[in-house]
Amino acid sequence: MTAPTDLSEGKRVPGGPPAVVVEDVSKRFTLRHARSIKDITVRLARRQALSESFDALHHVSLTVTQGETVALMGLNGSGKSTLLKLISGVMSPDAGTVRVRGRVAGLLDVGAGLHPELTGRENVFLNGAILGMSEAEIKRKFDTIVEFSGVERFLDTEVKFYSSGMFMRLAFSIAAHTEPDIFLIDEVLAVGDPPFREKCIARIRELRDEGRTMLIVAHDIPMLVDLCHRGVMLRRGRKIYDGDVAEAGSLWQADKKAKSAS
Amino acid sequence: MTTASQNAGPASTGRAPAVQLGSPRHGRTVRTAADPELRSPAGRGGLMEVVHHRYLLKLLLRRELKARYKGSLLGLGWSYVRPAVNFAVFYFVVGVFMGMDKVIKDFPIYLFSGLVLVTLFTETLQSATRSVLHNAPLVRKVYLPRELFPSASLLVSLVHFLPALAILVAGALSYGWRPTLTGVAGAAVGLLIVVLFALGLGLLCAAATVFFHDVEQVVDIVMLTISWTVPMVYPWTHVRDHAPRWLLQIWQLNPLVSAVELFHHGFWGPLSDGRIPPPPALTARTVSALGCALMFFFIGEAVFARLQRRFAQEM
Repeated sequence: MTAPTDLSEGKRVPGGPPAVVVEDVSKRFTLRHARSIKDITVRLARRQALSESFDALHHVSLTVTQGETVALMGLNGSGKSTLLKLISGVMSPDAGTVRVRGRVAGLLDVGAGLHPELTGRENVFLNGAILGMSEAEIKRKFDTIVEFSGVERFLDTEVKFYSSGMFMRLAFSIAAHTEPDIFLIDEVLAVGDPPFREKCIARIRELRDEGRTMLIVAHDIPMLVDLCHRGVMLRRGRKIYDGDVAEAGSLWQADKKAKSAS
Repeated sequence: MTTASQNAGPASTGRAPAVQLGSPRHGRTVRTAADPELRSPAGRGGLMEVVHHRYLLKLLLRRELKARYKGSLLGLGWSYVRPAVNFAVFYFVVGVFMGMDKVIKDFPIYLFSGLVLVTLFTETLQSATRSVLHNAPLVRKVYLPRELFPSASLLVSLVHFLPALAILVAGALSYGWRPTLTGVAGAAVGLLIVVLFALGLGLLCAAATVFFHDVEQVVDIVMLTISWTVPMVYPWTHVRDHAPRWLLQIWQLNPLVSAVELFHHGFWGPLSDGRIPPPPALTARTVSALGCALMFFFIGEAVFARLQRRFAQEM
């Protein structure tokens, strides 16, 4: 592994077997407008539709090589998060296949696994296990996780008493130390105070340089361009670009302008 | 080596954007399809996955127990209060005021041996039914074997059941009960029937609740009737004497009826004075109840495993 030293300049992509293979995947969601008998009757009487469906993803294929860091870009509702959920296994595709090599873990909304009634210490173990770590692994990394989060003093306090910043720091710290083979990061870098955000980005860079496969969704284009090997641009559930990350970033910028103009 | 792999690997995906959009890349398809290390990120479902996640199950159990009684003075003590109040109400109303005390010898033991099983069943089923929906944030964000949640519900109920069982044994001993081999073995089978039946139904109802929230209400209402549909406050002979024969036969098909009778056989039977004859064909009905519970268990597991793929998008 010689590549990872000057990734930011050279964008040299590490070679290796595919880690994530998304093949011709489609996902359709049904939005139900009415659930109760009363709502259904009212809607039927007014001749309104009971539900509508939309394609969150439309024949998307994507291959991510082991060690590659890929930015997923697109406006809200373009299917980025759905794609990450399919790769993490939370959802299954309606058509096509998703396959991965190794363990997938993600920062899909940090803090989902934290329980407010448990202490910080208990949450490290619980959330670590939820993200796929074994007991021995958590014990080994416990000190690192706590140190990174900076909540040592409140470790035996219930998480419900944490400030939102502390909560996020703990959650990110646990997730960032799970060391999965494939790491999914969904819009979590927008949270936290600037110094901690820098720390998070540094950690992600570290993970990248260790040769971990990563897929990142964020709204900070310069950061993504700096971090990622490759950019994938989605528009209304279709992949419209896959290649140079700066190019994908400018496509996204154009989409944003077009949207705010309309 | 490095250069070669760099050229072979992602260069093609990196430099050739938007060309083969929509159509799968066949060269790659053939290669990756043969790669055994590539697997689907979602599990197949099924309770075997829970076995692989034992450590997480243990932590979830601990979380449930801690979170439920957090901030209360009595803590886990509340799990004793509920059956104690239940017992007192049934004992005084049905036993003393309505005279069941005189019909059934050692009525407190008769009542309590049924009550512990009924409580185990209703508690498991009610909390399992809620378990998936109440963990919606997790189910939506992280892939976990979703069977973990109903399984944790069952374990919580079993944790509550054990001290109740200890009290039952102590109470029976104080009434002069001595264990018999068949009695204890029968009670163990009765417990197994309840566990399998409750977990199977719990998996079914938990999955159904995700799609129709009404199921939660239905389960709550049905649970109100359980104490009265099993021979817990009355002997089986009352059903024989007051209901038509076909109704008795249907009533006896309920696996819970057999399970409660097995507990009576184990803990109250040796104390009985014979005024209430032992229920007929208990062995045969035990086999059928166990079969029925197993059937529900397998159906529940299979249905849950199938439906869990759609949980995240339905919540």
